[in-house]
Amino acid sequence: MDHHFVIRVVGKLLIPLVLLFALYVQFHGDYGPGGGFQAGVIFAAGFILYGLIYGLDTLRRVFPPWLVRLLVAFGVLIYAGTGIASMILGSKYLDYSVLGPTAAKGQHYGILIVEFGVGMTVASAMVLIFYSFAGRGRQTGEDFGEIDSEDRRDRPDG
Amino acid sequence: MVDLILGLYNYWIVIALMMAGLYIVISRQNLIKKLIGLNIFQTSVFVLYISIGKVFGGTAPILDGTDRIYSNPLPHVLILTAIVVGVATAALGLALVVRIKEEYGTIEEDDINQMDDES
Amino acid sequence: MTVEEIINIVLLTMLALTAVGIARLRNLFAVTMLSGIYSLLSASIFVVLDAVDVAFTEAAVGAGITTVLLLGTLMLTDREARDGSRANRAGAMIVVVALGGALFYATLDPMMPRFGDPRTPAQTHVAPQYLKDTVPQGSSKEPVKVGIPNVVTTVLASYRGYDTLGETVVIFTAGIAVLLLLGQRRRRRRDTPGQNPSGNKDADRAAGAED
Repeated sequence: MDHHFVIRVVGKLLIPLVLLFALYVQFHGDYGPGGGFQAGVIFAAGFILYGLIYGLDTLRRVFPPWLVRLLVAFGVLIYAGTGIASMILGSKYLDYSVLGPTAAKGQHYGILIVEFGVGMTVASAMVLIFYSFAGRGRQTGEDFGEIDSEDRRDRPDG
Repeated sequence: MVDLILGLYNYWIVIALMMAGLYIVISRQNLIKKLIGLNIFQTSVFVLYISIGKVFGGTAPILDGTDRIYSNPLPHVLILTAIVVGVATAALGLALVVRIKEEYGTIEEDDINQMDDES
Repeated sequence: MTVEEIINIVLLTMLALTAVGIARLRNLFAVTMLSGIYSLLSASIFVVLDAVDVAFTEAAVGAGITTVLLLGTLMLTDREARDGSRANRAGAMIVVVALGGALFYATLDPMMPRFGDPRTPAQTHVAPQYLKDTVPQGSSKEPVKVGIPNVVTTVLASYRGYDTLGETVVIFTAGIAVLLLLGQRRRRRRDTPGQNPSGNKDADRAAGAED
């Protein structure tokens, strides 16, 4: 584990900034470039980086798989639920104008909520996909980071 | 002539990329290589859409209250979602490749066909 | 020719060269690295073409997540690709050249919208409406429908809200599908390739039934 010393130190410095930046992109997507899709991907990239450096088990403790599976569905629920909420408040599905005191305000709130749902689904779906691939590698007895050692052994000569 | 080339250069590169992707998908037997070929094809479509949305002298469509020229935001929206959906579907394809490798022991398409014929 | 156009042309040419490199290489590890470069180049092109949101996504997805996924797949499968047969490659080349030639000919049509032209149908149809609805522009005093400056976010989440809901569901479905394909316990089959696969399938099925 010593030979990854630099990566571990740099990762420790970098990962909080990556996650913070993802949150900025998520909630500042209305004033600058950004939004749920971008933020979700950056958030997932931060977690995946953590998993690559510190190992899959550590990542599983930080972001347990049951929570990931829950959040994938929950993001879609937030999105669809916003539509239901606007229906209950007396407008059409996914018409956010009724969510705030003025139409423009309502649109603003609606967009923020919906983007949050998108970000949640995208981030956790990407982490879920990473878990699936990395867990598969684990079962064959290889650690995810070590590609070289396996190179010679696993070459089929077909 | 220069105007013609400048006005159409983006389309030509898009065609070149699209054909490179198609060539990889048709000619290679390796399933991972085929998926990467599909990715190249996909990116060529992205470049096409974004090129259509560009306006000369325009800027990114983030309004600041002054009168300016902005590029067309609609292609940006379409491609933005397409990229993320693209990576999700690519992951699905790669997962299928992994399962094929586990079942057949190979990811070369002709070997897989041969095994299917034998069994 | 403006600086913007020159950068655009240089980047597009580099993109095409990278694609050719990907097509020619057989080492899948090298191909993965090149596809990361390819994504980064296309993200740069998107910045030059004013699509900052798209560039953002492409950089994070292409250089980050796709590369990690490809590496993970390489680890679980093979590292080297075989070339297709000669006949296969010749046939593919014929198809590609014919189709590419036809598309190239189609672009020479005088009605083809020129790059950057503000009078094309794509620029004049709905986009001005989106831009006008969002934030008051300069002297116009029309009522605002959506009060946020980033038009891409507005169109994404509000005007095309149904569309985006569908995309989110697609991502959700893809995540679940990958989980179903790779998430469950791996069955006992870690052996050499070339074994009779049909004999093993029954054993697999029996093992699967036990779970």
